[in-house]
Amino acid sequence: MTKPFIQISGLSKRFPGANGGEPLTVFESANFSIEKGEFVCIIGHSGCGKSTIMNILAGLDTPTDGGVIMGGKEISGPSLDRGVVFQNYSLLPWLSALKNVTFGVRARHPDWSRAQVLEHSQKYLEMVGLTGGAEHRKPAQLSGGMRQRVSIARAFAIRPELLLLDEPFGALDALTRGTIQDELTRIWSGSEQTVFMITHDVDEAILLADRILLMTNGPFARVAESVVIDIPRPRERAEIIHQPAYYKIRNHLVEFLARRSKQLSGVRDHGGEPPVTVRPGADDPDEQERRPASRPQLVSVAS
Amino acid sequence: MNGMALSDNSKAFLLSIAMLVAILGIWELATPGVKSAGELTEYEMLTGGGGEQARVPPPSQVIEKAVKELSNPFYDNGPNDKGIGIQLAYSLYRVLSGYFLAALIAIPIGFLIGMSPIAYKALDPFIQVLRPISPLAWMPLALFVIKDSQASAIFVIFICSIWPMLINTAFGVANVRKDWINVAKTHELGQLKTAFLVILPAAAPTILTGMRISIGIAWLVIVAAEMLVGGTGIGYYVWNEWNNLDLTSVIFSILMIGVVGMLLDTVFAYIQRAVQFQE
Ligand SMILES: Nc1ncnc2c1ncn2[C@@H]1O[C@H](COP(=O)(O)OP(=O)(O)OP(=O)(O)O)[C@@H](O)[C@H]1O
Ligand SMILES: [Mg+2]
Repeated sequence: MTKPFIQISGLSKRFPGANGGEPLTVFESANFSIEKGEFVCIIGHSGCGKSTIMNILAGLDTPTDGGVIMGGKEISGPSLDRGVVFQNYSLLPWLSALKNVTFGVRARHPDWSRAQVLEHSQKYLEMVGLTGGAEHRKPAQLSGGMRQRVSIARAFAIRPELLLLDEPFGALDALTRGTIQDELTRIWSGSEQTVFMITHDVDEAILLADRILLMTNGPFARVAESVVIDIPRPRERAEIIHQPAYYKIRNHLVEFLARRSKQLSGVRDHGGEPPVTVRPGADDPDEQERRPASRPQLVSVAS
Repeated sequence: MNGMALSDNSKAFLLSIAMLVAILGIWELATPGVKSAGELTEYEMLTGGGGEQARVPPPSQVIEKAVKELSNPFYDNGPNDKGIGIQLAYSLYRVLSGYFLAALIAIPIGFLIGMSPIAYKALDPFIQVLRPISPLAWMPLALFVIKDSQASAIFVIFICSIWPMLINTAFGVANVRKDWINVAKTHELGQLKTAFLVILPAAAPTILTGMRISIGIAWLVIVAAEMLVGGTGIGYYVWNEWNNLDLTSVIFSILMIGVVGMLLDTVFAYIQRAVQFQE
């Protein structure tokens, strides 16, 4: 078996307690992997440590234990190979929207001419629908959704190997959200890029992901399940709900978030087991056969 | 909206003019320099304000003086008789050279202190002791060490303007939002690029606040410093005219000190607005 593109092994994160109290263990011995070109979403309740995992993947934070290997190399710091859309946009407020994007493009391609940088940046701003003068405004003069789009354009424009997206569509209206989701799928499928995305939106995750990682509640959170989305691509927003697998997957996810995320939480010393693979949407016999290996485990934990 | 603001502004402007006229009017009437108000002569005599030498001049005399001085500000008739423009230029020269020397040192050091909590802690006691020292207290030491009154005045300006710039730069740099530093990190910017492309613009408003405070203090201090070292400059000019008992010139130069101070502040306010950003 070949090694996965990204291997997360024995990852733990503890924050020192407030005024010398008990340290806060966000998660412990997390083990999972991501394949090259895969689109992975991670879902879990607020505060379970999704952003913390992402910061470690981005190289901005260091784990208390364990490590991440990407492309055969240990992640030891931030890199332009990993583009980040931060949960709070993190735009530079003294630069216009356009300059925020050229900031990234120039860092990625120091050898490009001014015109090249500008053209490339404008292309990505157009993609997120920020044109007609809005691109020359400062972040403070843009709406929350517009800021988020600038942040998306900045990350996409550097075309990183791995895109790390922390609730990138949270502040967008349904229409813009749809457009940018489609755009993201288009960019991703036409490239070798791998995407790791945090979301709270179950439908969005089903539409976009190859696989959804489910996290239990914190503290001592863990990645409990890896749900494979057995829905063929290309997926159409309007069509997907008519797929027989859709509601099976959706119900499984909702059920996890509503009940089992809490039931499974707080388990210490779970031995660093990798998440259980679940395929609620699979109905061909081959898949059924493979299922028992994971299913019983799951049931035993749940009941 | 805009129209309302404008009308508020013009109301304030008219009020300012009215207050100026009232003040000048009262001042004019209260000072017996010109015998325009006949009814007041009796009162004048009662208050015994008839002394020839030291009498507060009426504004009309000050204005007359201002017109005369400002129409030929750069004349030079030897050491004790130079135009107001020359005197102000000397003061500005000292203020600006001391000030920019201070900026040249305070801003880079403030940057380093702001970036390194250890350097911050290590230098803090020195700053806390040196900062409250009145800049003029350095004068004797400066005169002794430097042995040149001109350079000593510049040194005093240097030492008084360094602290607000140093402290504000360090504070501004230390408080740059972590998110913005993370943006620099994820874009693999080196230390120098991070400093110039992210930290400097992020801290610029705070740094400029320090620079604006410093220039204000420097302009306050130069008058006193020049009264001590003598020779040239607006501070020396005020003192010299007082010795000549020419109060018209004293009042005129006081006003000029105010006007130049205001212009300096306006320039820095303008730069401050240019680097300001909204989060
Ligand atoms: N710097 C820090 N110091 C101490 N505790 C922290 C720190 N950063 C995060 N935490 C804690 O770690 C936990 C996980 O935080 P994290 O931001 O990863 O949550 P999240 O899953 O992204 O939540 P959300 O969905 O609300 O964004 C929280 O309990 C939070 O309080
Ligand atoms: Mg988060």
